[in-house]
Amino acid sequence: MTRTLWDSSVGKKTIMAVSGLIMLLYLVVHMVGNLKIFFGSDEFNGYAHWLRVMGEPFLHHEWALWIVRVVLVAAVVLHAVSAYQLSRRDLRARPSKYVHKKPRASYATNTMRYGGIIMALFIVWHILDLTTGTVHSGGFQSGHPYQNVIDTFSTWYGNVIYIVAMLAMGLHVQHGFWSAAQTLGAGRATRDRALKTLANVLALVLTVGFVSVPVAVMTGVVS
Amino acid sequence: MKLTLRVWRQKNAGAPGAMSTYEVDGISQDMSFLEMLDTLNEELILEGDDPVAFDHDCREGICGACSLVINGDAHGPERTTTCQLHMRSFEDGDTIDIEPWRASAFPVVKDLVVDRSAFDRIIQAGGYISAPTGTAPDAHATPVPKPDADFAFEHAECIGCGACVAACPNGSAMLFTSAKVNHLNVLPQGAPERETRVLDMVGQMDSEGFGGCTLTGECATACPKGIPLPSISAMNKEWLRATRKVHR
Ligand code: HEM
Ligand code: SF4
Ligand code: FES
Repeated sequence: MTRTLWDSSVGKKTIMAVSGLIMLLYLVVHMVGNLKIFFGSDEFNGYAHWLRVMGEPFLHHEWALWIVRVVLVAAVVLHAVSAYQLSRRDLRARPSKYVHKKPRASYATNTMRYGGIIMALFIVWHILDLTTGTVHSGGFQSGHPYQNVIDTFSTWYGNVIYIVAMLAMGLHVQHGFWSAAQTLGAGRATRDRALKTLANVLALVLTVGFVSVPVAVMTGVVS
Repeated sequence: MKLTLRVWRQKNAGAPGAMSTYEVDGISQDMSFLEMLDTLNEELILEGDDPVAFDHDCREGICGACSLVINGDAHGPERTTTCQLHMRSFEDGDTIDIEPWRASAFPVVKDLVVDRSAFDRIIQAGGYISAPTGTAPDAHATPVPKPDADFAFEHAECIGCGACVAACPNGSAMLFTSAKVNHLNVLPQGAPERETRVLDMVGQMDSEGFGGCTLTGECATACPKGIPLPSISAMNKEWLRATRKVHR
């Protein structure tokens, strides 16, 4: 069954949809967690600390966090490899373009592909910035995420990279959520409106939620 | 009407092609698009030129033979087949671009004619039912619930023209394949092959080199028979169900 899934264009698309929905679920949780920054450094840092002790005493220290990380890395890798392979197949299937062009035909496909590349680059940068501190702009201190976040959003490029990536994420979720429903066989003419509305709401809430943090730092609401 | 036509000319599958410009005059608004091309071809033949090759058969919108991408739209600006498109959809003095279906699974044979036998092979892979031969069964021998009958009819309307593939930026045949799978899979007559049908037809579709679905929806917009986009989702559901049930 695994082979059937991986070898078929429909199966690979199913893998994309499931891994995408796993990442989407994570994004919702991540966004809500980020909003804790509006309640001060103690609450935010406390929350970050809890992420490391959650599941204790049943689980060992940081085990739960590592489980989430492993699942996410698996989802990102499966999603990106499938995206690459499916896109290659799609481009091969239509090698010569029409002389008379219709621009809107590839809008969704292009936002997914370019948006995906932007997000892949962002994920690498984001981890090097706020998890490992490798490319962090201030003096990175693990265990003090509140200050680290403020340092990141005190540089112009920190804000630009983050906001561009979040806009790409919003567009990706808008088309992606609805697409995943179609891929998983939940699409019906009668439900199309509801699914599209839900996708729009999800995309908007996620984008506004994530972007509110750099905006708050820039405007001094969080300092 | 006087029109300028820019038409894709290509000698054969191996030769490079290019757009050639022709002027046609005396076109009536009541002519079909194919009659307009007939007029052009008569002139070309009189001048000793090679006529433009294009596919057509019934000319009444039911066989699926006609094709043509007209000004970037498969089957042109109206939601119908090219044979049912009339020149009243154009203005006097217009320039019209005419190109073949473009997809690597539909190689150009000559000019505007492409080879659509990939569709035949998808049908051969599972677009049939195993029926006992003999006298025709009574019409009410196998009851079909009304919603299922409607669903089957809606999908049976697909004429296999390939406009969905031509319109899709990925050259995907998902709309065609879903129409054929859904048509038979919902009916009791199609039940014995329900799982193998969808697995084999999707498998054949993949090996013909069609692209995948990115849900741009261009196929359903171009389809002259109004096969809706959610048909693809219905086929995905059948495919996932079959993958769970059949172990290969
Ligand atoms: C590593 C970065 C990413 C890349 C390269 C990427 C790329 C893509 C591409 C190209 C598609 C369309 C694939 C196709 O239909 O052929 C897609 C679909 C999708 N993506 Fe992503 N993406 C990335 C990250 C994400 C994230 C973070 C999420 C979570 C919100 C996500 C959710 C989705 C969903 C739900 C779909 C729809 C799947 C479907 O059509 O069934 N993606 N992605
Ligand atoms: S689905 Fe529509 S566009 Fe595609 S082959 Fe059938 S009739 Fe033509
Ligand atoms: S010629 Fe038969 S459908 Fe157009």
